[in-house]
Amino acid sequence: MHIRFEKRLTPSRLMLVATPIASVLLTMLLGAIIFELIGFDGPHAIYETFITPIVASYKWQDVLTKAAPLIIIALGLSLGNQAKIWNIGAEGQYIIGALAGAGVAFMLPNAPGFLVIPLMIAAGVLGGMAWAAIPAWLKTRFHVSEVLSTLMLVYVALQVLNYLIGGPWKDPNGHNFPQTAPFTPAESLPNVLPGTVIPPGFVVAIVLTLVFWLLTSRSVYGFSVRTVGAAPNAAHYGGFDASRTVWSTLLISGGMAGLAGILEAMSQLGQINLGFPSGYGFTAIIVSFLGRLHPVGVFLAGLILAVTYVGGQVAQTVVHVPNATAGIFQAMMLFFILASDILVRYRVRVVRDAPRAKATTAEASA
Amino acid sequence: MEAGERGDVEVKAELPPRLKLVGVSKSFPGVRANDDVHLSVRPGEVHALLGENGAGKSTLVKMIYGILAPDEGQILFNGAPQRIANPRAARRLGIGMVFQHFSLFEAMTVLENISLGLDSRLSTRELLAEFTRVLETYHLKLDPRRIVSTLSVGERQRIEIVRALLLNPRLLIMDEPTSVLTPQEVEQLFETLKHLASSGCSILYISHKLHEIVALCDTATILRAGKVVAACDPRRETSRSMAEMMIGANLKEIAKPAGRAFGPPKLETQGLSLPKPTEFGVALRDVSLVVRAGEIFGVAGVAGNGQNELLSAMSGETLAPGSEAVLLAGEAVGQMGVTERRNLGLCAVPEERHGHAAVSEFSLTDNASLTGRDRMELVRFGLIDPGKATNYAAEVIGAFTVKATGPGALASSLSGGNLQKFIMGREILQRPEALVVCQPTWGVDAGAAAAIHQAIVDLAARGTAVLVISQDLDELLMLCDTLAVINLGRLSKTLKVGEVSIEEIGLLMGGVHGDPSATIEMTEHLHAHPI
Repeated sequence: MHIRFEKRLTPSRLMLVATPIASVLLTMLLGAIIFELIGFDGPHAIYETFITPIVASYKWQDVLTKAAPLIIIALGLSLGNQAKIWNIGAEGQYIIGALAGAGVAFMLPNAPGFLVIPLMIAAGVLGGMAWAAIPAWLKTRFHVSEVLSTLMLVYVALQVLNYLIGGPWKDPNGHNFPQTAPFTPAESLPNVLPGTVIPPGFVVAIVLTLVFWLLTSRSVYGFSVRTVGAAPNAAHYGGFDASRTVWSTLLISGGMAGLAGILEAMSQLGQINLGFPSGYGFTAIIVSFLGRLHPVGVFLAGLILAVTYVGGQVAQTVVHVPNATAGIFQAMMLFFILASDILVRYRVRVVRDAPRAKATTAEASA
Repeated sequence: MEAGERGDVEVKAELPPRLKLVGVSKSFPGVRANDDVHLSVRPGEVHALLGENGAGKSTLVKMIYGILAPDEGQILFNGAPQRIANPRAARRLGIGMVFQHFSLFEAMTVLENISLGLDSRLSTRELLAEFTRVLETYHLKLDPRRIVSTLSVGERQRIEIVRALLLNPRLLIMDEPTSVLTPQEVEQLFETLKHLASSGCSILYISHKLHEIVALCDTATILRAGKVVAACDPRRETSRSMAEMMIGANLKEIAKPAGRAFGPPKLETQGLSLPKPTEFGVALRDVSLVVRAGEIFGVAGVAGNGQNELLSAMSGETLAPGSEAVLLAGEAVGQMGVTERRNLGLCAVPEERHGHAAVSEFSLTDNASLTGRDRMELVRFGLIDPGKATNYAAEVIGAFTVKATGPGALASSLSGGNLQKFIMGREILQRPEALVVCQPTWGVDAGAAAAIHQAIVDLAARGTAVLVISQDLDELLMLCDTLAVINLGRLSKTLKVGEVSIEEIGLLMGGVHGDPSATIEMTEHLHAHPI
């Protein structure tokens, strides 16, 4: 008896949806076992991480706050991933976007809010785009793998951030802490919409989810991106230009990361400090895959990952699990979703070897 | 064929059959690829396995070669039942196989490639001795030190054959071996195979070129929809009768109106030269041709002589150095891209179906949008209208009798012939001014091939200029009005079909490959002084 993978005629739609859910459930199960084994109350840790943020209404605002940047960044990444352009440097684009927006604020100190806020947001998008344009140029001009160049530019972006907040942009009233001056009210967005628990970034995430849904499912552009990813030669034959796709997907994902960065800076932190690079750009990669590169999937996956962020902190204080808990859960989810991908295209069959009395086995089954 | 005779009881006292299949069946999700197949190959017999694409030939030989395991039935080799777990086990039994698509490393030498494919480790000296022995025994020519990328397709195939022969096979499976050879090379291959058979090695020969089977094989087993439908002696059959057994229906004659008059030139190239696209590509050198409205113009030649490069230069995937190098109805389009040319009415079908002419993992609807979105007006405000795209795909499916579950079916779920019909239909329904097709019936069954040929003829009859690039000389001679031969990126003078012999075309194709300098010399000579 052995297990065999049989190619499906068409990829399973059920598995496409079921595997992300199963990945989350498996993460919870295996997470409980691991924490139990290393001496914590495993089930309790899982409960606090995955369930508390959902059932405790006072945690919703936190969840939505964390979900917004994850969703916005992951929407952009998913578009690139459909073209098999792997931008893993969204973290860097997120940082540069925020810095660009902050730069506008510092250049226009007394401008009114209706002017400076749109300009800051636009600068955030452009900053992210500019940072992503470097890998796009390197890839189209010199065939440099964007996997390497985007990632390496994250570390450059971190150094730019450190330099600016420790040097030219350091808050003169900041007791020498490496941070910028706080944004004035005219340069800020409220951290939640008045009378709700909904942060402004989350509204942007909802709108962009719908825009990306239309873009990927219906537009010629979305079709061209999918085609370039699935079969570059066919795309070329169909009149789609691969290097334009490299440029556009990197610029869009960079712009989205930059947008998430400036929104985060304007609505949550109110300044840029050392704690600004929070890893959203990396977690968004998990969101993108857990959401199956589909905008609606990304939206849901962003919420789930946000839950683990919030719940990880809860579990830290309540069950005293280590700080790395949320990261471990997120990594396990990515692992399971990538590993279970095979189930979408293949079905598992347990094959009984028929007894064959006379057959001489030429060689043991491979 | 011993249908109904189960077990390994031999009726006759003579040698047991080299290979015997008893009730072999194999199913894949959604299809029964082989259904109760019985087959027997005597020692030293050249046995043809005939069938349309999707009839189950490949599945059957994959089971014999240990790539797939049968669900039911028995495989007997030299009278003993065997379970062939993998190709290595098959080779150990003495079963060799030469695949249609070669697995060779371009950057390595002939000998290195052979050594990589061997199960046992031999020193270079031992291998060279063995190699030389095989070449001498079968009168084959191959330089062990040559780098594969410098070899012609015929020579590459010889590497695969030598690789198989090194194992002293008792059964050699050949999958569509002649599709890449010049007529002269085919003759040479047949010599080798006959020699091999006379030494006692059985040969299972898969082909759809029926006259080859008549010329070479002792027995033919015909498969249709996974079942054996007939076993015959090819020497007592005609190509036509076997083709009809294969498709299970009368073969339609291609209706081609005689004495047609052609319109003005529609598609032209003028001194088109292009550098090699890649290290292993072919440069186009001064290619000039004229296809008139209503004319079917054929480009013959052995694979890898610039056919794909020519197609790309016509379709717009490669831009010509000057806009005057390619003309469509007199308009200079050499510098225009794919979409622009297509919008002017120049449509193209490249050779490779999967991943070039179509996206395997896309639905037929999406594949229809791939090239039809502008000419068929499927797009509004940058959005593809899903209803219109589906209708268009359904229209192609209906008009070209494509066997598919519907417009939502994935391209990868279609057989080669059906996907090719879909691709051809997708282009033809766009009513092109000029259509360029590369290998329109490559790996396509007789029924689908006939339908595609008829569609090409009908398209030309409506005034479209058709350029057919093919390695199948029979196809070109049947289909085309005029013909030119491409060799090493050069196009010969235009020849009139009906006034030129196969031997002459064969020589223009490069004759017998193997000595590149002589070939170049001969080609230069022939092209300078056309026959």
